[in-house]
Amino acid sequence: MIEEIITSGRMNPEIDPVLHVWGWEIPLYLFLGGLSAGILIFSAYFSLRNRQDELPIAVKWMPLAVPFLIGIGLLALLMDLSHVLYAWQLFTNIRWESPMSWGAWTLMIITPLSIAWVAIWMEDIFPKWDWKFDEVRTAVNWLQKYRRIMAQVLILLSIILGMYTGILLSAFNARPFWNTSILGPLFLTSGLSASAALIAFFSKTEIEKRLFTRIDVILIGIELFMIVHLFMGHLAGTQVHIQAARMFLGGEYTVPFWTFVVGLGLLLPVSLELLELKHKFIPAIVPVVLIIAGNLALRFIVVSAGQASRWLY
Amino acid sequence: MRYAMAVDTRKCVGCNDCVVACQTENDVPVGHCRDWIVEVTTGTYPELQLEIRSERCNHCANAPCVRTCPTEASHYAAGGIVLVEESECIGCKACITSCPYDARFVHPEGYVDKCTFCAHRVEKGQDPACVSVCPTHAMVFGDLDDPNSEISKAMATRKWKSLIPEAGTDPKVFYLL
Repeated sequence: MIEEIITSGRMNPEIDPVLHVWGWEIPLYLFLGGLSAGILIFSAYFSLRNRQDELPIAVKWMPLAVPFLIGIGLLALLMDLSHVLYAWQLFTNIRWESPMSWGAWTLMIITPLSIAWVAIWMEDIFPKWDWKFDEVRTAVNWLQKYRRIMAQVLILLSIILGMYTGILLSAFNARPFWNTSILGPLFLTSGLSASAALIAFFSKTEIEKRLFTRIDVILIGIELFMIVHLFMGHLAGTQVHIQAARMFLGGEYTVPFWTFVVGLGLLLPVSLELLELKHKFIPAIVPVVLIIAGNLALRFIVVSAGQASRWLY
Repeated sequence: MRYAMAVDTRKCVGCNDCVVACQTENDVPVGHCRDWIVEVTTGTYPELQLEIRSERCNHCANAPCVRTCPTEASHYAAGGIVLVEESECIGCKACITSCPYDARFVHPEGYVDKCTFCAHRVEKGQDPACVSVCPTHAMVFGDLDDPNSEISKAMATRKWKSLIPEAGTDPKVFYLL
């Protein structure tokens, strides 16, 4: 047996003994960003298919929440910046290699675009809505003409937004647990699943409820598949990746991850949704709350575990 | 010009003089450090081996911190020294998470701070503060592109290693074995 004792004279708070520079702000933002992306993708996609009258919650109503969700997310992001008065520096550069730069520019475009997207549905959902100023009315009417192009751009940008929340983490080779490209698609799928669950919860018609419950069941299936692959990839990787995976396979993250993310956040709600599709009565609030909580737990655990995983030398 | 540093693990006694010199020279805030000492003991008693290393930012030629920085605050300066421009740093901490050596920290004023290879001294032709105070002359600093520099000679005549080269960072701090 070989013993190895490493002692370090270093003492930098937030780094020693384990890195913890990102607290609750980043995972909360990742969740809200993913959820906004999911809502916008469904809304834009089904409006392109001209199903806005059949699926009013998905296409017209849910986007109302997006500017608020992104707003809270941005606030959390700003709270995380330790040199926040210089945040404008994000927009003096385009850094192709930096996912954070991609994110900043995507948010810069998608935030006003999502407000414009809400605006073009306002008169549809609130028949008595009055824009008060002629200029606004003209602008919204003008936007209406470009609805299809807007929807296409929104889908593209929302996919970037949903993916980048995962890519942001996977770009860090220094943190082996994050260093897997499956995090991008996983976070995108999980954001889509949370928004599908919310749409199903708020929908008034049987068609919309069943459609989005079905979509959510498929998405959760894909998520479970990706989680299995995440660990397969790590276990087939280098020693540091194997160690990172072991934090979830017997290590400190085993119980929270498999209980709150996989058990209560994916397996239980997907079973309830399947029963619902078989016309069994399930209180609608239960699956949606479980899915949202599981979504949040996934991001909190992944952000924390990544910072706990490292190269050893 | 490619600046680099070599630490002789056979001469380093872990006295922490380099750490204190750096804190004094660069006015490093109390409770933080830009360089530090690592002691690694391997083996089974009584067959033990001890390696002492003075560690700092590796001024990587393929620096993940420069790649992940969204504002170009982290950048390569003359001779490949990796620096942080305080007035461009937003404090997002992406560079801290991207560094496999954990060489960076948040300065109490909000921007991210780390070893600069004492660029302000190097441009005047002086050695970094840590190198200049080392009582056992365990550290050499210089230009790898100059075959007559002390560091080029040390690297040519001694066995050496760098830290986690498999992370793909191309580090520029070497350890003589």
